[in-house]
Amino acid sequence: MIAELGLAALWLSAALAVLQMVAGAMGYRSDKASLAIYARPAAVVQAFLATLAFFLLLYAFAITDLSIKLVATNSHSMKPFVYKLTGTWGNHEGSMLLWVAVLALSGGLLAGLERRLPERTMSATLGVQGFVALGFYAFLILSSNPFERLPVPAPEGSGLNPLLQDIGLAIHPPTLYIGYVGLSVAFSLAMGALITKQVTPDFAKVMRPWVLAAWVFLTFGIGAGSYWAYYELGWGGWWFWDPVENASLMPWLAATALLHSVSVLAARDALRTWTIMLGVVAFSMSMLGTFLVRSGVLTSVHAFAVDPERGTFILVLLGLYIGGALAVFALRASTISEGKRFSATSREGALVFNNVMLSAILAIVLLGTLYPLLTEAFDVRVSVGPPYFNPASAIFAIPMFAVMAVGPLLRWKDDNPRRIQFELALLGAVVIAIIAVVAIFGEYPVLPILGLAFAIALAIGAFLPLRGRNLKRVPTATWGMVLAHFGVAVSLFGMASESAFTSERLAAVAPGDIEEVAGWSVELESVSPVAGPNWTAFEARLNVSRGDGETVEMRPQNRNFWAPPQATSESALLTRWDGQLYIVIGDAAGVDEAGNQRWQLRVWWKPFVTFIWYGGLIIVLGGIISIVGRMQVDLKRRRFAAKAKQRRDEEAELGGGVVPEPAE
Amino acid sequence: MRLVYLVPLALFLFFAGLAGYMLTQPKDQNVPSQMIEQPLPDFALEPALEGMPGASRSDFVGGEPRLLNIWASWCLPCIAEAPHLERLKEEGVEIVGVAVRDTPQAVEGFLSRHGNPYSRIGSDDISELMLEIGASGVPETYVIDAEGNIRYQHIGDIRESDVPMLLEKLEEVR
Repeated sequence: MIAELGLAALWLSAALAVLQMVAGAMGYRSDKASLAIYARPAAVVQAFLATLAFFLLLYAFAITDLSIKLVATNSHSMKPFVYKLTGTWGNHEGSMLLWVAVLALSGGLLAGLERRLPERTMSATLGVQGFVALGFYAFLILSSNPFERLPVPAPEGSGLNPLLQDIGLAIHPPTLYIGYVGLSVAFSLAMGALITKQVTPDFAKVMRPWVLAAWVFLTFGIGAGSYWAYYELGWGGWWFWDPVENASLMPWLAATALLHSVSVLAARDALRTWTIMLGVVAFSMSMLGTFLVRSGVLTSVHAFAVDPERGTFILVLLGLYIGGALAVFALRASTISEGKRFSATSREGALVFNNVMLSAILAIVLLGTLYPLLTEAFDVRVSVGPPYFNPASAIFAIPMFAVMAVGPLLRWKDDNPRRIQFELALLGAVVIAIIAVVAIFGEYPVLPILGLAFAIALAIGAFLPLRGRNLKRVPTATWGMVLAHFGVAVSLFGMASESAFTSERLAAVAPGDIEEVAGWSVELESVSPVAGPNWTAFEARLNVSRGDGETVEMRPQNRNFWAPPQATSESALLTRWDGQLYIVIGDAAGVDEAGNQRWQLRVWWKPFVTFIWYGGLIIVLGGIISIVGRMQVDLKRRRFAAKAKQRRDEEAELGGGVVPEPAE
Repeated sequence: MRLVYLVPLALFLFFAGLAGYMLTQPKDQNVPSQMIEQPLPDFALEPALEGMPGASRSDFVGGEPRLLNIWASWCLPCIAEAPHLERLKEEGVEIVGVAVRDTPQAVEGFLSRHGNPYSRIGSDDISELMLEIGASGVPETYVIDAEGNIRYQHIGDIRESDVPMLLEKLEEVR
């Protein structure tokens, strides 16, 4: 029954999406359309049903219902319980169901909560949201039905990819999907505003919290995914420029640009078309990522069970939504006036500069990700990696960090740079001093040094907007910005430090041997077999110490899973305030002269690598504080407006006369 | 309408055309083993079933080329390929089986239900041979020549149409 209920809920959701689309379109065409009132309830009920479908699948995985094909092919009755649950979205169909559930949920929240927009714009927005949802329901039901039954229940499931049997799978995909799909609201709002020509500061204020929330989730999801890859793959790296990683980075870059341009629109009524364009691009990048991951046109470590037929289906959806949105944009954008002007040396000027830089990085990443697709059309197989991405994105990232450090100090509309010459001189001196100091100490690559210098300058610059202000009166949203910018600095510091100062050692060692890495001594005590619930492993016992410090035991493993069979290395990490010791044990490597068995051991000391993810968390915190701040202001304004209206009503009753219209 | 607003649409259409073209191109997703054209690694596996011999590298040396079939009683595609293995046996091919992560009872049950095409069955309890030989899943079938070299790897279950192809490969390496 579970599977049938789930499928029924999905079909009903699809039907409601049709209703939402039609009602939205009616509401857009005429204010008096009677059908229009159904758009909001259709979205809300749909959110409930799609979420229900997801929870039903979750339940089927929890009880390992092997009559459902998806469970039988992706789970196993002897798998630990938490991985049974997370296995729900560790496959194509389940993750697509999570995707549409989040899509429906954000549409429902938008329909249920948002009351500030003109009703016609709202109708158009909900219509677009219903249209987008409909396509993804069709995709799920027609080509990737997660509730498909097996004719005969399987005797046992075939298990989950062991790399996915990790707590990372519980956190990384759901948060990332909320971010991806949350951007659909920004997309629908942008389309609604474009169609009804209502690209106003009020519209920007409505859009901003949605963009911020989606961006917070994306940031968290990308950070979690990066840390997961770092400790789970055992390769010692935290970003590989893999097509699927890029697929998550591109919406993030677009969303980052969008949340800054939407602020300009809200505060200054400028950048109207640009904001609309970014709203379209951000969600388009999410959909593009889905296509790249699931169609199999690109090769990646994140391969889902790929299927060209599904790829064709998603490509048609992309054509409809991205192509359609861009066509509407091409037709309508010139009807939107440009908005207010501003000079280059102003807050807007800095924001525009960084928007362009972010977009340029987005273009670099997009080009690098799609380039193999282009060359493969001519039968040339290439793989684009760090040697392209790192320098190419740095060309734009470094000026961006520089402007980011001083931009918040500038005034809106027009400013004289000489007003902030002290700050400029201070930050410039910091950058030059750090480059000089590091260059004296040793030979390091250029990019990490620049990264270090700008990270420290940015960390100082992030707090400069607070200088000379009464801290109690600084708006909450400003605190959010300060914190988020500081988080970027912290993260950048971690990245630069890791790339510049990591020490690595690869050796074949027998029990009793000692290896030295960056002041750490690592002694292999023994290697012994251990067994887990669904794996067996060789586990190394290592005694690790630094200087005269205490000795710590570390136990990296080389695991063999058996359902499905696969070998993975479980790295051992030792975290200290100034970095991480990262150890991986490999295969047996013959015997030494004394006849002792030797093992491959790979040891890294990564100074301040953890700052990458601490920085990410600070950014997330900044984003949350910003949302809270915006909502506080909004609630206050609403209460104030309600009170004013009440007073007017009372006066009208008392006086009975004509009350003059309040001046706007 | 300003022409500059058409640029994003044009770029997207170019991408969509390219991606659409690439989707129609056949693409081989399987990862071939690095061990092809290499000698079989040295191994000796215990029998997976009482009364049948186990499997080791020396069983592949001398005589005719053989097939090495990696399977398991818990694997669904292995049921699908069972009749085709039977066909190959009828054609006079010697098939050495390796049962991965299995128990004697389960192996016995599987063979009594779906037939036993094997001359010997080794038991690979920790996927040791699987990893060494470069198999990425179950089932996989390898053509081994009479000197014990791996000459061909078939990934996935053997379909009806694969039978003549495998017979041809066996003939080629003779």
